[in-house]
Amino acid sequence: MMYFFVASEAFFFLALIIAYVYYSHPGGKLSDTARFLDVKKTAIFTLFLLSSSVTINVADNRLKKGNHKGMVGWMVATIILGLVFLIGQSLEYAHLFEIDITINKNVFGSAFFTLTGFHGLHVLIGLIVLSIIAYLIYKDKFNKLGTSALESASIYWHFVDAVWIVVFSVVYIGSII
Amino acid sequence: MNLRIHIPEATEPLPSIRTGNGLLQWISSVDHKQIGIMYLWTAMIFFVIGFVEAMMMRIQLARPENSFLSPEAYNQIFSMHGTTMIFLVLTPIAIGFATYFIPLMIGANEMAFPRLNAFSFWIFLLGGIILYFSYFAGGAPNVGWFSYAPLSEKYYNFTPGVDYWALSILLMGIGTIGAALNFIVTTLTMRAKGMAINQLPLFVWMIFVNAFLILSAFPVLNAGLVMILLDRQLDAHFFTTSTGGSAILWQHVFWVFGHPEVYILALPAFGIVSEVIPVFSRKPIFGYEFIAASSVAIVLLSFGVWAHHMFAVGLGTTFGAFFAATSMLIAVPTGVKIFNWAATMWGGSVHYKTAMLFALALLIDFTIGGLEGVGFAIVPVDWRLTDTYFVVAHIHYVFIGAALTGGFAGAYYWFPKITGRMLSEKLGKWHFWIFFIGFNCTFFVFHFLGMLGMPRRVFTYPDLPYLGSLNMFSTISAGVFGISFVLFFINIFWSLRHGKKAGDNPWQAFTMEWLTTSPPQLKSYEKVPLVKSRRPVWDLDHPEDPDWKRNQKPKTADHDQE
Repeated sequence: MMYFFVASEAFFFLALIIAYVYYSHPGGKLSDTARFLDVKKTAIFTLFLLSSSVTINVADNRLKKGNHKGMVGWMVATIILGLVFLIGQSLEYAHLFEIDITINKNVFGSAFFTLTGFHGLHVLIGLIVLSIIAYLIYKDKFNKLGTSALESASIYWHFVDAVWIVVFSVVYIGSII
Repeated sequence: MNLRIHIPEATEPLPSIRTGNGLLQWISSVDHKQIGIMYLWTAMIFFVIGFVEAMMMRIQLARPENSFLSPEAYNQIFSMHGTTMIFLVLTPIAIGFATYFIPLMIGANEMAFPRLNAFSFWIFLLGGIILYFSYFAGGAPNVGWFSYAPLSEKYYNFTPGVDYWALSILLMGIGTIGAALNFIVTTLTMRAKGMAINQLPLFVWMIFVNAFLILSAFPVLNAGLVMILLDRQLDAHFFTTSTGGSAILWQHVFWVFGHPEVYILALPAFGIVSEVIPVFSRKPIFGYEFIAASSVAIVLLSFGVWAHHMFAVGLGTTFGAFFAATSMLIAVPTGVKIFNWAATMWGGSVHYKTAMLFALALLIDFTIGGLEGVGFAIVPVDWRLTDTYFVVAHIHYVFIGAALTGGFAGAYYWFPKITGRMLSEKLGKWHFWIFFIGFNCTFFVFHFLGMLGMPRRVFTYPDLPYLGSLNMFSTISAGVFGISFVLFFINIFWSLRHGKKAGDNPWQAFTMEWLTTSPPQLKSYEKVPLVKSRRPVWDLDHPEDPDWKRNQKPKTADHDQE
């Protein structure tokens, strides 16, 4: 189920990425606005998000071994890493807003904020889902089905990370080469 | 992830009130049969609204320079008519039948995700209500069912109609994606013991491949709808040409969804017909493998044809040639199906029941619609006819000729199973012939109007030769067409009370849904037989000549020859 769902989500992001690629190159060359993106800082925050993919795997393994406490610890780590990423994204947005780059500034702004905004929204939803699942498994509300719930959530989480790798490559690395 | 999670019988009652038949029971239900029926009711109610809108347009167009509707009202009504009929009538017909019958046909008691099923329906209905709420919020959408930018941008369009349009389709899209996920997982994990994937009834198979089409087409549309909402609400610049946006991108996004959408609505109808024709020809379907495989071909090809809606944009010769070729290519798998259905009837003993008549009408009308499609794939023909009534004829021959006609075939075929009573055959025959004649008279003249150059979506037309008389003919025929639906509704309400009792299997059909009682109990099956062939009920009814034995015979004969 979750694989089909993320496949469907992939088409959604594919459309947004195509729109971004198209709009970030008005007249065939990269928009001047793209220079104001902070690649280095975002790269560091990207590492936080990517490492959360590792921690959720560890949490999953702990749960399968029946180690609920270990599971909760690694889930908390995952959630914190995701939160740090979101804080990084907020800082980036605040920085852009300060120099008056917004969604209605130009086509680049529209495409950039829509793409990264929807990704951020997916991270936020993921964090909420992970918190609920961690809490329910910790309180033992799930019986055996908990493992498959966490498995599904982690497929979604890996997908969100994978989308970010593509978005980061296209948007940020694309802005310096 | 292991898809085959064993879900134990619910120990606590599901959140539906099993006793009594109150409204609360329907609202809180997660039962696939109740949700399926609610989809079908939704389709019927919105159909009445959509048809009234259509009649208002026909009255306005009956005479040249008519003033029954103002231009602004006309714009709103044709936009609402298109959106309603496509998203709120044809879609819930397909999803409703699928929700009701997929579990029954594969011998399951529920969908894989009952709560997701209820969520899909209610979010879908919410979308429909939001669409019509726009009338009270300052004006309905007035830019057609594909809302071309930049006309749909707020510089040109001041009422909130397009906002409501985008939001409602976004919600309906989410509901449809949820339903598609449910169909896929249900088909993969809940089949009766012994039922291999190549023994699925063709209706289930079509819905199954169709679900993949939904999963890939709707998200793209949703991305586009989000962009247009951002444009209108937050002053983004996606499709505003004056500030660097691209109106053509909207066309691409819309038709990347829009053309698969045609098949999303047509494939379920093809599935219904693939069930109806063999039963009323008393033969197994001819070329099961070809029908199944051609559906997959349609799904794959349908993503490579969208730009034939955009030939008039002027995208270049190479571009045009590519999409002309793919658009002609997609007619091949569709043609394969038509031949298979015809071959199924060949040599069978054909029973002309109402369901079968509708299936035959689909063969005829959809062939006309399909051939027009091949014609449109020729770029210069498209340039001549695009945005004329010829296109309006084409869309109606495909949507009514395939999707709605198939829906009626399904209604007559499955009504006994859903309600336990037969629809009246006598009223049904009247319904069918008035429907068939009314439909063809209404829409066939559109071809001539289109060739005479009458543009679509214009609220009136000058008094040129033939235009007035042809339009008047079409309007009168549309009135006749409308009578057929009145007969259908009378038939439903009459038969619900007075119809002949159906029994479990009134048509001596072949597939599993006919094993359970009519109507099925809340738990459809206490036990299901081991499935050994594509026609499990035939095998049970004819233990002396079951399919699985017959299928083995030629094999052993081959071995003997070797």
